[in-house]
Amino acid sequence: MEGLKVFFELDEGLVRAVDGVSFSVDQGGVVALVGESGCGKTVTVRAMLHLLDPPGRIVEGRVLFRGDGVGGVEDLAGLDPDGPRMRKVRGGEISLIFQEPMASFSPVHTVGSQIGEAIRLHRDMTQREARAETVRLLSAVGVPQPGQRIDEYPYQFSGGMLQRAMIAMALSCRPRILIADEPTTALDVTTQAQILALLRRLQKETGMAVIFITHNLGVVAEMADAVVVMYLGAVVEKGPVKAVYHEPRHPYTQALLKSIPPIRGGGRQRLATIAGSIPHPLMRPSGCPFHPRCPRFMPGTCDAHEPATASIASDHEVSCFLYGDEHRT
Amino acid sequence: MISSPKADRNELTLLDVRGLKKHFPVRSGFLKREVGAVRAVDGVSFRIANGQTMGLVGESGCGKTTVARCILRAVDPTSGEVFFRMRNGDTVDIVAMPARQLRSIRRDVQMVFQNPFTSLNPRMTVMDIVGEPLLVNGMRDRKARADRVAELLRLVGLRTEYMRRFPHAFSGGQRQRIGIARALALHPRLLVADEPVSALDVSVQAQILNLTKELQERLRLTVLFVSHDLSVIRHVCDHVAVMYLGRIVEYAATDELFRAPRHPYTAALLSAVPDPDPRSRGRIVVTEGEVPSPADPPPGCHFHPRCPHAVARCRTETPMPWPPDTGRLVACHRAGDLKLEGIE
Repeated sequence: MEGLKVFFELDEGLVRAVDGVSFSVDQGGVVALVGESGCGKTVTVRAMLHLLDPPGRIVEGRVLFRGDGVGGVEDLAGLDPDGPRMRKVRGGEISLIFQEPMASFSPVHTVGSQIGEAIRLHRDMTQREARAETVRLLSAVGVPQPGQRIDEYPYQFSGGMLQRAMIAMALSCRPRILIADEPTTALDVTTQAQILALLRRLQKETGMAVIFITHNLGVVAEMADAVVVMYLGAVVEKGPVKAVYHEPRHPYTQALLKSIPPIRGGGRQRLATIAGSIPHPLMRPSGCPFHPRCPRFMPGTCDAHEPATASIASDHEVSCFLYGDEHRT
Repeated sequence: MISSPKADRNELTLLDVRGLKKHFPVRSGFLKREVGAVRAVDGVSFRIANGQTMGLVGESGCGKTTVARCILRAVDPTSGEVFFRMRNGDTVDIVAMPARQLRSIRRDVQMVFQNPFTSLNPRMTVMDIVGEPLLVNGMRDRKARADRVAELLRLVGLRTEYMRRFPHAFSGGQRQRIGIARALALHPRLLVADEPVSALDVSVQAQILNLTKELQERLRLTVLFVSHDLSVIRHVCDHVAVMYLGRIVEYAATDELFRAPRHPYTAALLSAVPDPDPRSRGRIVVTEGEVPSPADPPPGCHFHPRCPHAVARCRTETPMPWPPDTGRLVACHRAGDLKLEGIE
């Protein structure tokens, strides 16, 4: 992902939902996009697959993807959203699981027929073969009695089971990248633990890359190799999980990590907070978008220019004037 | 007033819930005959001492919200007693109170809701939202009411100039502050907070948690804090009750419960929380299975089908809560001989 910009032109004004986002994910790697509501993490991955709701559109940037076979690297942002290549990538080579499994399945078709449809769309299989494959997949994601449950409707599944079915569907075409958008947010904590363990096992088995979108910093620590912290459409910090968690550099990352009530230790001290609240997307502050809430705000600098990316280590980057005075033009 | 000789004589106890049950009938067929019941709350007992915060934690469907609603009589319990100590020292049973007397209780027991986007009327100004309980309770003078609303807004950290605005002009965190101001308008003594921060972003969540604690100390409030988030519970509560399928499985002082859980379900919950520290990766222990439907709970101990320590007795005999050490209650046949992992 290189310098991706996604803007929504609304009657009320221009929303810069994603404003110059760059990050990469290696084969077999797990990257987490983290941030609070409105930070653009979901829009970023939806743009990757040309799934933006109008009037959102990619204004700038490249989405470089090494697809199957010998094709080499291609720029997904330049492809026709409805063209044959994009349709092959979407759901086939890159697939997506959503936060609300209940809302992602059609309520009037059986779970099995929906997974089977996805299989037959991307793989050359007869109906009978697709059905056998669906049973195999459901069993692989831990749905009990898959031979029976294949003919059940989504309402007959619990939230956790439906999320498993969703994962089975996403993996049915052996994607190279799996995008998981808040896959456990709607689930209970014991179910969440099951789904996280399942995703980790499948990722190891298949060697696919995973882009994990979440606001839960505990889930990130558990799952990801690298983390990309976003705030109001911009990447403020990115790096290996350990570096970012133990030596966060950006004031936003630092504050975010301190504001979670710790599960360890009995101390009931005041939590560190971030002053104010996330601005409305139409009222994006000038300069560094975090400056009105930043404890280390430098007048004349942070509100005047957008900081460029500064390198802390080879793979740890931060966008903040505390670490370099260069700015984006 | 209904004063019961059975009520707790301990003056420190503000709320004493005993054997609370709420069964929702399941109707089916043409005649809508009752074919069964969802035992949302199935015999819950606990006490909260004055000035303390008690947490009620559990997964969805465990009945924690229904307990909260029963205490407010937002739903009528099927059976049980909810003793509340009034300002004058009398103890009343909220469950037995006639509906028209409830207003006297509702001044003292107030609720903060989960979703600040749906719990405020979008067509009322902040002044009217926060002022409504004052008006209902006889504060007719508009000027006096405006002064009290301003005082409340300052208390929860909002600017008084915003009084004439409508809820849509506020962020989620600010709306939750408005909801808290409304709850505090009548100087309540018990605040029931049902997942008050789970709809908020973490940076805003921290602000509201700090505010809740500050207010509790300043106004010496007693709080029943309902949440599914164990880190939030550990941060704000003095005592915690863990619920599973309508029953309390364990009750203890917060740090004891986290350090050394005695019920396998408590241990399962604790081991499922992802710790925001990459060094503790892989600590999560997966508990198999799912929460069964409260319409058809397993016999014996409700947790036995998922419990790694279950024995034959657990399948048939419902465990009664017993104290393995002082200040703790656990409903598990094997709590005496199990050594369970907690979180330091």
